[in-house]
Amino acid sequence: MPVIEYIDAIRQAMKEEMERDEDVFVLGEDVGLKGGVFTTTKGLQEQFGEQRVMDTPLAESAIAGVAIGAAMYGMKPIAEMQYSDFMFPATNQIISEAAKIRYRSNNDWTCPIVIRAPIGGGIFGGLYHSQCPESVFIGTPGLKIVAPYRAYDAKGLLKAAVRDPDPVLFFENKKCYKLILGEVPDEDYIVPIGKANVLREGEDITVISYSMPLHFVEQAAAELAGEGISAHILDLRTLQPLDKEGILEAVRKTGKVLIIHEDNKTGGVGAEVSAIIAEELLYELDAPIMRLCGPDVPAMPINPPGEKFFLLNKEKVKEAMRQLALY
Amino acid sequence: MTQSASTGQNVRHLELGLSDEQAIDMYATMVTARKFDERMLLLQRAGKINFHVSGVGQEVAQVAAAFALDRENDYYLPYYRDYGFVLAVGMTLRDLLLSVFAKAEDPNSGGRQMPGHFGSKKLRIVTGSSPVTTQVPHAVGIALAAKMKKKELVTFVTFGEGSSNQGDFHEGCNFAGVHKLPVILMCENNQYAISVPLHKQLAGKVADRAIGYGFPGFQVDGNDALEVFRVVKEARERAIAGDGPTLIEAMMYRISPHSTSDNDLAYRSKEEVDLHREKDGIPKYKQYLTDCGIWNEELEAELQAKIRKLLDEATEYGDKAPFPTPESTLLHVFAGDAEQGGHS
Repeated sequence: MPVIEYIDAIRQAMKEEMERDEDVFVLGEDVGLKGGVFTTTKGLQEQFGEQRVMDTPLAESAIAGVAIGAAMYGMKPIAEMQYSDFMFPATNQIISEAAKIRYRSNNDWTCPIVIRAPIGGGIFGGLYHSQCPESVFIGTPGLKIVAPYRAYDAKGLLKAAVRDPDPVLFFENKKCYKLILGEVPDEDYIVPIGKANVLREGEDITVISYSMPLHFVEQAAAELAGEGISAHILDLRTLQPLDKEGILEAVRKTGKVLIIHEDNKTGGVGAEVSAIIAEELLYELDAPIMRLCGPDVPAMPINPPGEKFFLLNKEKVKEAMRQLALY
Repeated sequence: MTQSASTGQNVRHLELGLSDEQAIDMYATMVTARKFDERMLLLQRAGKINFHVSGVGQEVAQVAAAFALDRENDYYLPYYRDYGFVLAVGMTLRDLLLSVFAKAEDPNSGGRQMPGHFGSKKLRIVTGSSPVTTQVPHAVGIALAAKMKKKELVTFVTFGEGSSNQGDFHEGCNFAGVHKLPVILMCENNQYAISVPLHKQLAGKVADRAIGYGFPGFQVDGNDALEVFRVVKEARERAIAGDGPTLIEAMMYRISPHSTSDNDLAYRSKEEVDLHREKDGIPKYKQYLTDCGIWNEELEAELQAKIRKLLDEATEYGDKAPFPTPESTLLHVFAGDAEQGGHS
């Protein structure tokens, strides 16, 4: 199986879906001739033309709103937000429109759009090129939200998102683009939305996470194995709807759980995951539920010590895992 | 010049491509919308319904615009006062009353949305929401999709002058202008955004905003049915020819309060309202049809009786129709959730 970069997996998914279905098209800022500011859409305009890989005016609400209109007509648009930090001008279109179109029309109209947006820091992007906005959208029924970590899942989930009959927010991690490589089959496949995935089997502690921090979790787990600590790792992959059964099964395995994400702690995905665990499994736990998240500050600073302080890394993750194991 | 069959006179509607029958149908639709609106105000005052948002004074432009479109193919994105418009493109009084009473059979939303939030895939009326002007980018997106699929249609979207200040209006106009998309944008300038008068909403004209987006904008007297028809028809011809969008600012006056929850005399005078009531386009258009010799008081009486009967029937039907089941609240969050008994 070929080993490719996370960013190539995303590009391949778009390319293959556009080859498969002529109603699929990509629109966004700089996605055409330039191929995206991260090169995610590189080569697509050459292959599919200006109309199907469309450079739009710089106006995010229109990117989302025009995509929603096209989707209601029957197209399958993939709208790119250049950075997830810039999708807030489109939030009304996403929350008031896309999420509610099927419901408010009593199943008459549908809105099968995909909105791709890069999340996460670690590129010296400062406050407005580094955020994780997923908690803004979680809790809005009608939206599906995915955030892949492995290259395999990035491709399979994006294909599933394009084929999904409802709106899907696809949060890709910009730090993963070139850092995360993995085996990705050439043949067509999808990763089902709503299913978590066990990345590593273990006995002592369960770590639940998604997106880039899983890179540190996997490294830390490998090192902790040397200390005799065995970690069970669950990649949520889909943030809405959460794989409740998958979460409970992973926690039952060890009775100790640590939830990790880069998005800030208050109101983050971890809060919902820990509530599910507390509701269903409180008396089976051998330790309090732990969370390791970004601090509750508006966003990360650009200065290197500040960015490093904000971000998770292998050492921070390893220390939290060790603490839970020793509890 | 075109001549009327009945009088032999040169008449405007025939010149514009409307048959006598269509010209009369247009009038009947306007009157139906007006009578519907008046009945809803009565039902609210009688305590039969909770709320009504009115469009009295705007029916002429709404109906005339609809008649200028291709009512078999075009897509519509009306705003919440467009009763006349939706009646002209195929919605029935029964449909509207089912929505007013929030009943299960309501084709707009199955009794989920406030009245005035139209939607019907069958009629190509695109579902709408309450945050204003979000429908403008949707109209642009549908026009873009139609262009990609090489379908000969236009999208027609309406909104008020207040909501022409929203970012989505400007972002949508700009996108449509850049890609020369077949969109007709009609602002129903009724002089008030709830209580805030025109001069506190805009320093210029809505129509002039089109200049900034590279397409034509026209102001038209919204009480002049045939003039609105002409302007929308020409806009459609340009759109189909590939010449892109048109912005139309139809000037009118909201004769009724904003809604049944609004006391409009707190911010405007009775004299002002009365002055505009005299400019009402419906009697004006009736006079035109009468002058053409194709309308008279006998026909008027028949029409009024017919509308009253339809309204009575629709009101009774809507009133007696069953509500949605409480549990149906959980349905249609996502595709296929009905099979699992809804979304929990």
